[in-house]
Amino acid sequence: MGALVALSGLTVDFDTGKRMVRALHGVDLSVARGEAVGLVGESGSGKSVTWLAVLGLLGGRARIGGSVLLDGTELVGAPVRVLEAVRGKRIAMIFQDPASSLNPVHRIGRQIGEALALHRGLTGAAARAETLRLLDRVGIPAAARRLDDYPHQLSGGQNQRVMIAMALAGEPDLLIADEPTTALDATIQAQILALLGELRRDGNMAMVLISHDLGVVAENCDRVAVMYAGRIVEEASAERLFGAPQHPYTQGLLDALPDLDGPRRRLAAIPGTVPEPTRLPPGCAFAPRCPRAEAACAAAVPAFRMLTPGHRAACLKPAPYGATVRERAVA
Amino acid sequence: MSTLLSARDLARHYAVRAGLFGRRANLRAVDGVSFDVPPARTLALVGESGCGKTTTAKLVLGLIPPTAGTVTFEGKALPAPNTAAWREARQRMQMVYQDPLGALDRRLSVLRQVAEPLDIHQIGTKAERRERALALLDAVGLQPHLAGRYPHELSGGQRQRVVLARALILEPALIVADEPVSALDVSIQAQVLNLFEDLQARFGVAFLFISHDLKVVRQVAHQVAVMYLGRIVEQGAPEALFREPAHPYTRALVSAIPVVRRRAGRERIVLEGDPPNPIAVPSGCAFHPRCPVAVAACRSETPALKTLPDGRLVACHLAHGDAAMRKAA
Repeated sequence: MGALVALSGLTVDFDTGKRMVRALHGVDLSVARGEAVGLVGESGSGKSVTWLAVLGLLGGRARIGGSVLLDGTELVGAPVRVLEAVRGKRIAMIFQDPASSLNPVHRIGRQIGEALALHRGLTGAAARAETLRLLDRVGIPAAARRLDDYPHQLSGGQNQRVMIAMALAGEPDLLIADEPTTALDATIQAQILALLGELRRDGNMAMVLISHDLGVVAENCDRVAVMYAGRIVEEASAERLFGAPQHPYTQGLLDALPDLDGPRRRLAAIPGTVPEPTRLPPGCAFAPRCPRAEAACAAAVPAFRMLTPGHRAACLKPAPYGATVRERAVA
Repeated sequence: MSTLLSARDLARHYAVRAGLFGRRANLRAVDGVSFDVPPARTLALVGESGCGKTTTAKLVLGLIPPTAGTVTFEGKALPAPNTAAWREARQRMQMVYQDPLGALDRRLSVLRQVAEPLDIHQIGTKAERRERALALLDAVGLQPHLAGRYPHELSGGQRQRVVLARALILEPALIVADEPVSALDVSIQAQVLNLFEDLQARFGVAFLFISHDLKVVRQVAHQVAVMYLGRIVEQGAPEALFREPAHPYTRALVSAIPVVRRRAGRERIVLEGDPPNPIAVPSGCAFHPRCPVAVAACRSETPALKTLPDGRLVACHLAHGDAAMRKAA
């Protein structure tokens, strides 16, 4: 079965003026139709850069290598005409801060109308009716009265709903949601995540959910990939990744997370910090912070190993995760 | 139990102009908040944006004057701001913010940054200040070779450690920390949260810890106060409060937190709508328009913050009323 989107060996290098700095070191990832894939990792791990590269949104200083196939069509190096037919139409994207993604001087009805005209050629009464339907669909109360509002007249949660309505305007096959609820309060976050799940199931739309919040990804995705320093280090079904992670970085992230229930324990922090892209260690980028690292880890970047069908990790010493890891960490 | 910091009926209202014709309105940012912080303990204030957490912190430090109510610190009423007595009290109460880069002076090295409060208050000789600053850098887990670096050369976690070292150098009894780990990545956040614990054990400092993240709060706090629209709606020990929230708002807040492993039987409550505007606080219980279990009395009578049998404080008619009613909810 062909995937909707298949990234293979995707690389991104940024031209700093003096030299090229590699931000993405060959990412392989595929998304099937209707599937929800989570991408987790800390700041600078390459979660957002991956998808900005797919859509050709990184600007002139970025060199993109590898391959991105959308239904068999190559997007890397594709002419602008091809990419423009993909952006917003086949693959839509929403961002963390809705207020800065919306144009503050245009009414929200006009902004959604613009997307409808561009992607579906709707104008006039048809566009207005479709705008109303979309606003209603994303749960904006009294949508007809909201059409003429400006973004500053809406709350953060409502602005994110407007962004989602705009993203839906092109009836995309894939929605990239980049930290869609990070700027929102907990109760509003719950509303937006529930909405995204509902829209995805109703429209058979695939979704890539980029988040630093492991809980958000665990609850909203079928499959999850963990990124570290520009590479995917582990990938599995959400259930398996959070239930039986094998890579020490994934395990470290889980140990570092405070619990909401159960006994209070001292957090097992990962020592050190994420390396800068200009100063990556040789071999496995996580080795300097890894409790299981040995000499071989610094020698070469570990290749992916398939641990069980659908579960792969780039680690020389994958190991089961369990109570023992936590106990050791606490002691 | 002795008390280090005590707030009684603190309120801060702002006169604002609202709506098309600039109608005068009263924004109740904080509306009658009382709490105590014992020495070497941590009280956390949690709630969503606009609930009055940060305003409460500023009132406690005397950075803004209260409209009503009092703050008592180390047994004395907080002196009027910008007086000599206030500056003296402020040596004993420090503030840490979310964004360490914004809180640090970009032109000062780490060492001078940390020693600066001693310079300002003219404590000790130059050599003593330097020695003290180096000792604190060590206490917050920064190696001596970082002393000569500048803030932009440090990572986010290291910067927040510098901020903590600087806050601690005057040996305060209280540190007010406003979202101190919210800008940090998970692995770094864990390091800094552990540091909070260690510093409390070592220096006996109390924290007023402000956060929107309940998981973080549970990790560091001895007491948690949940705020909604300028008032405390529930207060208690974090374990009990998060396991069995008594106020419907706390219940919704706890259920809304995404977790990696969901405890069986924990249902998600998705609240309708946004928090109301603090200019037009609903009558009665401010939460009633969004409350899934509100009854008629909630619309007209403001519930008082009263003690439950387990010692917890809750402001909810239903929590104090008929137990069967609560079960039904």
